Amino acid sequence: MAEVLVLAEHSGETVKKVTFELLTLARRFGEPSVVWLGSGAEGARDRLAEFGAAKVYLADGDGVDDYVAAPAADVLATLTGRVSPAAVLVAATPEGKEIAGRLAVKTGSGVLTDAVDLTPASDGSGPVAEQSIFGGAIIVQSQVRAGTPIVAVRPNSVAPEPAPGAAAVEPAGAELTDAAKGARITQRVVAQRGERPELTEASIVVSGGRGVGNAENFALIEKLADSLGAAVGASRAATDAGWYPHQFQVGQTGKTVSPQLYLAVGISGAIQHRAGMQTAKTIMVINKDPEAPIFELADFGVVGDLFSVVPQLTEEIARRSQS
Amino acid sequence: MNIVVCVKQVPDTAVERTLTPGAGTLDRETPDGLINELDEYAIEEGLRLAEAHGGEVTILTMGPDKASESIRKALSMGADKAVHLADDALAGSDALGTSLALATVLGRIGFDLVILGSEATDARTGVLPAMLAERLGVPQLTLARKVDTDGTAISIQRQTDYGYDEVEASLPAVVSVVEKINEPRYPSFKGIMAAKKKPVETLSLADIGLDPGQVGLAAAGTEVLSFAKRPARQAGTIVKDEGDGGSKAADFLASQKFI
Ligand SMILES: Cc1cc2nc3c(=O)[nH]c(=O)nc-3n(C[C@H](O)[C@H](O)[C@H](O)COP(=O)(O)OP(=O)(O)OC[C@H]3O[C@@H](n4cnc5c(N)ncnc54)[C@H](O)[C@@H]3O)c2cc1C
Ligand SMILES: Nc1ncnc2c1ncn2[C@@H]1O[C@H](COP(=O)(O)O)[C@@H](O)[C@H]1O
Repeated sequence: MAEVLVLAEHSGETVKKVTFELLTLARRFGEPSVVWLGSGAEGARDRLAEFGAAKVYLADGDGVDDYVAAPAADVLATLTGRVSPAAVLVAATPEGKEIAGRLAVKTGSGVLTDAVDLTPASDGSGPVAEQSIFGGAIIVQSQVRAGTPIVAVRPNSVAPEPAPGAAAVEPAGAELTDAAKGARITQRVVAQRGERPELTEASIVVSGGRGVGNAENFALIEKLADSLGAAVGASRAATDAGWYPHQFQVGQTGKTVSPQLYLAVGISGAIQHRAGMQTAKTIMVINKDPEAPIFELADFGVVGDLFSVVPQLTEEIARRSQS
Repeated sequence: MNIVVCVKQVPDTAVERTLTPGAGTLDRETPDGLINELDEYAIEEGLRLAEAHGGEVTILTMGPDKASESIRKALSMGADKAVHLADDALAGSDALGTSLALATVLGRIGFDLVILGSEATDARTGVLPAMLAERLGVPQLTLARKVDTDGTAISIQRQTDYGYDEVEASLPAVVSVVEKINEPRYPSFKGIMAAKKKPVETLSLADIGLDPGQVGLAAAGTEVLSFAKRPARQAGTIVKDEGDGGSKAADFLASQKFI
């Protein structure tokens, strides 16, 4: 059976959920092999085996962690040349897409980004990606027809399913080219992390907009998010006003999220905001204006003042989680 | 410093956009075009760097004749000149073809720094800056929220999910910018008048020595099989808060097993 390469997203030995999602999708096309850059692979082996990884190609040392995007593309290109995989899957994070782009150039392959599903073509001609474009207004089915299919898949596109795998670790055997060592990361600055999941990966996202009123009030949004184990997002109105940092902006010029649950609080639902959240599975809205366009997307909406609804909801969640 | 800013004309996101039946490529003729918003930040950054360190800002656009509207706007913001790659054979190019064409032009005109938006609002692939860096063999300084250079070395703050990375390289390099890096200027009346006299060089594929078979729809590495409008979401349940809105919301979350 052909191999399918899956680039692991991890921090140290903690594997991010999207990696298990990619492994689940990969099994539809062949035998998944994880490609692991940097340290932590040994500690992660059991988890990778649990989700069906047959092999773990390891590239550690030689500065693989110290440069932007290019080392991962080098390693994937070497492996692609060696094992001729049925597909290469990466997470559709900003960096994942950059890696996919470089790999596409190196291997002369087509690249599809932001897939929300991946299925085998009925005629056996490889993976068919479902993408959602123009702010979610149109759904497209597309395919790679040159080289090795390279697909960047959005987090939360599929529920991770366990399956047994050997997760046999072997060296990737790739050497970094000099060109890969051009942009050196000298420092990683962690501005705000706490215990919250990362925005693009989170299963639940709670976002606040202009209705939140000021920076201090974002504490309400954070408390609600924490009660759900969610990430916090914001509309452009909120980041423009400086109430919340820009890296948390959801929308056309911010991050695209595709969580199981998206909670929009005090957000009107402009098309540019929708562009970043419309593929969420379930959408809940809290807004005092019953005419706000965001209600058109809502699976459940509360017309009311967020300053009374949000604290009550946070309290209810805490109460019910205890019992 | 020789700065080239890549600018893409995109359909206005405020109007309904569609794909052409058949090829499944973007309908670029019908809707009004404007500069991809993030590219305005790229232009602004280019202008600021040129003002601080001396040098010229060249706008590079690949697109149909219509894209000259965006080129004029970029020139009226203050860029010095423009190169417009326009050729019918480019229609339907995917990221592979676009990056090949742009890299070929860049190789021809030369650069110390190439600046792009981090993502275009039409296809939203966000792969082009990385592909250009790969093709040109120069450092990739992408997703910048701050850029510093002395004309030889360059450093950026690269936006991440957790904050930012400090990244260093030497020129020449490719930079892409995120939204909050600066506040793009509006063209002044003087700028608009001056733009009319600024040089725009229009190039065809033959001019840059690129075989039409390597770009365009026929050479694309990807293919749209089918597309359809997203089915309207089923109407949800909307309740009015009568002192119990939060509690009802919690009921809903519980019914969906989120709590
Ligand atoms: C090129 C371009 C790119 C853009 N990119 C983005 C982007 O990436 N992301 C993005 O979000 N926007 C983006 N925008 C901006 C977008 O058009 C909207 O302006 C923005 O999303 C509005 O944010 P908002 O919904 O928070 O504010 P508003 O539209 O002002 O809505 C605030 C809402 O809060 C409600 N409200 C107020 N007080 C309360 C209360 N006490 N309780 C409950 N509800 C309350 C109001 O009823 C209203 O519906 C972009 C715009 C352009 C032109
Ligand atoms: N046809 C084009 N002409 C010039 N620049 C482009 C073109 N397409 C994309 N770009 C640049 O590449 C960036 C990223 O685009 P994309 O990868 O298509 O999302 C844009 O913000 C532009 O700066």
